[in-house]
Amino acid sequence: MEVNEVFEKVKGLFVEELGIDSEKITMDAKLEEDLEIDSLGIVEVVMAFEDEFEIEIDDEELTDVGTVGQAVNLLHSKL
Amino acid sequence: MTEQRVVVTGLGTINPLGNNVSDTWKNLISGVSGIDHITLFDASDLPVTFAGEVKDFDANDYLGKQNARKLDRSGHLSIFAAEEAIKDAGFDINKQLGEEFGIIFGTGIGGIGATEDAVRVYENRGSKRISPLAITQLMPNSSTGQVAIKYGIKGPSLTITTACAASANAIGEAKRMIEHNIVDKVLVGGTESGTTSMTIGAFAQIKALSKQNNEPQKACKPFDVNRDGFVMAEGSTALILESEESAIKREAKIYGYVSGYGSTTDAYHITAPSEGGEGALRAMKQAIVDADIEVKSIDYINAHGTSTPANDKNETIAIKSLMGELAYQVPISSTKSMTGHLLGGGGAFEAMVSLLSLKNNKIAPTINLNDMDEDCDLNYTPNLSIDHNIDTAMSNSFGFGGHNAVLVFEKS
Repeated sequence: MEVNEVFEKVKGLFVEELGIDSEKITMDAKLEEDLEIDSLGIVEVVMAFEDEFEIEIDDEELTDVGTVGQAVNLLHSKL
Repeated sequence: MTEQRVVVTGLGTINPLGNNVSDTWKNLISGVSGIDHITLFDASDLPVTFAGEVKDFDANDYLGKQNARKLDRSGHLSIFAAEEAIKDAGFDINKQLGEEFGIIFGTGIGGIGATEDAVRVYENRGSKRISPLAITQLMPNSSTGQVAIKYGIKGPSLTITTACAASANAIGEAKRMIEHNIVDKVLVGGTESGTTSMTIGAFAQIKALSKQNNEPQKACKPFDVNRDGFVMAEGSTALILESEESAIKREAKIYGYVSGYGSTTDAYHITAPSEGGEGALRAMKQAIVDADIEVKSIDYINAHGTSTPANDKNETIAIKSLMGELAYQVPISSTKSMTGHLLGGGGAFEAMVSLLSLKNNKIAPTINLNDMDEDCDLNYTPNLSIDHNIDTAMSNSFGFGGHNAVLVFEKS
């Protein structure tokens, strides 16, 4: 799967699952500051990623994920 | 410091009869039933298929999807009712209410719907798929915390869970907070949203619910010989309690005094009321002493009146024990005949009804009362509202667990 395909899927999840405005979702968008995803929301996001991409994500892998782009790259590397 | 007198300066509600105070009052005095077939989920497999649901309310529209999905339905209703009460009292909902405000919510079963959902996910998909929002939605203090965050309430906070007495206790404890100068304003709420499959099934198992599925609007008939249980309902009601001094200083509109509070425990049985309503009677007496009035001053009683055989009979005996011959004259009504049983939200709702009755000198009826039980032989204001001068009203709330909370309201 290409990076931009992963991004589109991530965007879809954010809109569908979390109710976030699609215009706000760019590769540079910060999860906490720009998209207002708090610590509980991050857990939901990870669950949604795991279901959508049929992968498992460990907590340690999330340490450096602060933007949509970083999340997309993590997912892309695991596929 | 002298003891403060406590007044109510704001009201807000969302319930089966209306999504604001004025629609609700209009329907109450018109004798409208808010009870109907369940629409929130498929109830066809349940022995009871009707309830008092809130209508025409979309939490996604109201709060935005991203915020709405973080809360259980009980949280949505609490925030909605609180907004109306805060505005009604003349405060700005866009400013933090701050440290001068306390908050107390009453609820019977909190976010029980979120509990049910989480258990289903756990059973079907395992613990790793339980929503991270489950805990913050299901905890009984969720409404207290979420409303405090939304409106910036930073004073003392409590959540009271004395079943169907919860929000009457909340008002009583807020009264004491203000009287004792702990804080001069308290947002008090009562919320329930337990019209869910497991919860209705479980209440039906203990024979607490009416099973008159064919005629939902007629099922709740407090004090009638054919009553067969209460009707589950959902909703939230919020009140702004304030010291009279503070209310006068800011020239606020005043609905009336919260002048008496009684709180007792049956210590008898976990669901059945004590013989002759002994615990209820003690709570009524306490409230009257606290209000420093005589029994003969009571002009209206908003009864607990659940429509269960045991409650209505024992509450009637307790009122007779309290008032003697006067019991046959004082107008009583059970507005649960129209709303259904708001459980932990009932005390706050019926406090609102009592205050509106004081303000309008009108008493909402007990509907569906056509064939009086010989054990229930008082003046329950059957079927039609009446005009009646009311200076003092009393509201009864009793809960599973043997909790009794009684409030007295007076004209200001």
